[in-house]
Amino acid sequence: MITLTHYMALSALLFSISVAGIFINRKNVILLLMCVELLLLAVNFNFIALSRFMGDATGQVFVFFILTVAAAEAAIGLAIMVVLFRTRRSINVQELDVLKG
Amino acid sequence: MGSNIYIAIVLCPLLASLVAGLGGRLVGRSGAHAVTIAGVGVSFLLSLLVLRDQLAPGSEPFNESVYTWLVTDGVRIQVGFLVDTLTALMMVVVTFVSLMVHIYTIGYMHDDPGYQRFFSYISLFTFAMLMLVMANNFMQLFFGWEGVGLVSYLLIGFWYTRPTAIFASLKAFMINRIGDFGFIVGIAMVLAHTGSLDYQQVFAQSAALGGMQIEVFAGMPWSVATVTCLALFVGAMAKSAQMPLHAWLPDSMEGPTPISALIHAATMVTAGVFMVARMSPLFEQSETAPAVVMAIGATTALLTGFIGIVQNDIKRVVAYSTLSQLGYMTAALGASAYAAGIFHLMTHAFFKALLFLAAGSVIVALHHEQDMRKMGGLRHHMPITYWTTLLGSLALIGFPGFSGFFSKDAIIEAVGLSSIPGAGYAYLCLLIGVFVTALYSFRMFFLVFHGEERLDAELRGHVRESPLVITLPLVLLAVASVASGWPFIESVVFGGYFGGSIVVDPAHAVLDELGREFHGPGAFVLHGLLGMPLLLAAAGVAVAWYAYMKEPSLPGRVRRKASVLYTLLVNKYYLDDLNEKVIVRGTRGVGTLLWRVGDMFLIDGAVVNGSARVVDWVAGRMRRGQTGYLYHYAFAMVIGLSILLGWILFKRA
Repeated sequence: MITLTHYMALSALLFSISVAGIFINRKNVILLLMCVELLLLAVNFNFIALSRFMGDATGQVFVFFILTVAAAEAAIGLAIMVVLFRTRRSINVQELDVLKG
Repeated sequence: MGSNIYIAIVLCPLLASLVAGLGGRLVGRSGAHAVTIAGVGVSFLLSLLVLRDQLAPGSEPFNESVYTWLVTDGVRIQVGFLVDTLTALMMVVVTFVSLMVHIYTIGYMHDDPGYQRFFSYISLFTFAMLMLVMANNFMQLFFGWEGVGLVSYLLIGFWYTRPTAIFASLKAFMINRIGDFGFIVGIAMVLAHTGSLDYQQVFAQSAALGGMQIEVFAGMPWSVATVTCLALFVGAMAKSAQMPLHAWLPDSMEGPTPISALIHAATMVTAGVFMVARMSPLFEQSETAPAVVMAIGATTALLTGFIGIVQNDIKRVVAYSTLSQLGYMTAALGASAYAAGIFHLMTHAFFKALLFLAAGSVIVALHHEQDMRKMGGLRHHMPITYWTTLLGSLALIGFPGFSGFFSKDAIIEAVGLSSIPGAGYAYLCLLIGVFVTALYSFRMFFLVFHGEERLDAELRGHVRESPLVITLPLVLLAVASVASGWPFIESVVFGGYFGGSIVVDPAHAVLDELGREFHGPGAFVLHGLLGMPLLLAAAGVAVAWYAYMKEPSLPGRVRRKASVLYTLLVNKYYLDDLNEKVIVRGTRGVGTLLWRVGDMFLIDGAVVNGSARVVDWVAGRMRRGQTGYLYHYAFAMVIGLSILLGWILFKRA
């Protein structure tokens, strides 16, 4: 029997993987964007699971909003990345340290 | 007479000064001297009218405020005029000498690029001096006092490219600051104890001041009148160059000669004497103050006279002579012989201005040579200057019948009769001073006009008498020097000329005592012929003649024999060195210490730069945290969020 706990554990696992991906990945901005997507999906997973178990559709409505925002975010993120690559000739995260104090 | 005439007397020189000073090329050189001479001339004529008016029988002193500047806590600060016989006399003396000097300046400053500036300054001076003497309250007196001080500063440093002139002007300014401090303390005492700055109201309460006590130092009660008078006298000491605040006056000779005559001989330096005479109701309330005044005056009269003997600069001899004569006036004030002091002030204004202007005439003729060792035998080349100098010198040493004789003899006799503490000492100083005066005056006279010519080679045969604009004031002043004694002594010194403007306590009234033995100026001359002062003066002239005409090697021998004394005199008793090495350096040392420790170290170092440095240090540490890497920021965000969430959750639990 799959309980709410299992869903939430999976969601937490996905969330942790994506956070770790953001921290550990030092090379590729695309991977970074993918991690952010995964982060959002982990949250969505939680929403849907809870919506199902609590019998309330609001959570699923939220998921649609989040997916829309995520799509927009991905589009803008990729666009920024393209511009970034044009100016800096690199998408290596370790080289992006203009804010260094 | 309404107040308009007094306003006109004061404002004419001021307007002339503004026109000459600000008019620039619109006015031009001749315009500048024309307008200032016209301004001062009008003042002089109106002053004569005022004097005539005051001399008319039954005339009352004019005392009216014309403008109220501000009222604060019941104290009215006003512009007003108190014109009585004392003021009228001063007005005539000031405007007359000023007029003479204005005319003289046309010749003296002929080639100077600062011609217009000079005329503007001396007219401004006349304005400030008139404000001083005509004031009817302490604030206006102080205004005039500072005004003349300012112009004196500007004119000593007139040739502002000369370092010595700048030094001298600064010195005059600093020493006068000391005096002004005392003066303003005195004014504050008056205000604190009478609640008024108006002369009339203050003098009405003077008797009460004498009775009040104040503890300047705990446990030592002094009379308020004494403290006030001494504080005021400190101001007079600086302005009238009394020891030990006299050091600026000889140095002030760095300025052009006309202002030496006008400001540093005839008028401004006598402001202190005038002020003390004006304050006579206060000084009479004190026992101590007149004794101090007399002692300081007599000491100055003698000691500065000695220095005059060893000076070689012609202007400095006259300057030390001025110091010495101011000492005589001050001593007279101390003896409560105010009238004699003011009378000497008047005669001295004429003959000392004459001597200065004559010295200036010599200086111009010799192309600004001032060293008497390079003069000699000038009497053939400059007859007018020669004769006027002779008359001025005779007046100075007190030749019977000349103006200086009457005023100086009156002072000496008055001091001799005085019975306040220190009068014996003062009398002795003044008697010896007569000898010294005659010695240095005729030393100068013989060195400059007699004997062999010691001129520089290029000057020989080119020495000419000065032009009319220079000799005319000399002649007019010579007339005043000779004639201003005989006709006036009876009324000014012994008569009731000053009336209520000078108050003398009957216990000190030495002049009244003298007046009882006074039987007209002729008898005074006869009496003088038998007195000590004349003998001493004659001895002084004889010594000067012997040492500088008959036996010119004598001074050198005396100098070698008495080298200690000579060094002491040449170095002015080392008072200048004391000032510069101890007082100035000490003050600067304290200043440097406070600057280094207080300002540089504590305020700049610890407070201002210190706080900046702390911020800088903290920021330097904190910037290490800003790596610029995205993942560090994300990490910090997540960690922070976790901590925040954890904190909220666990707090709830």
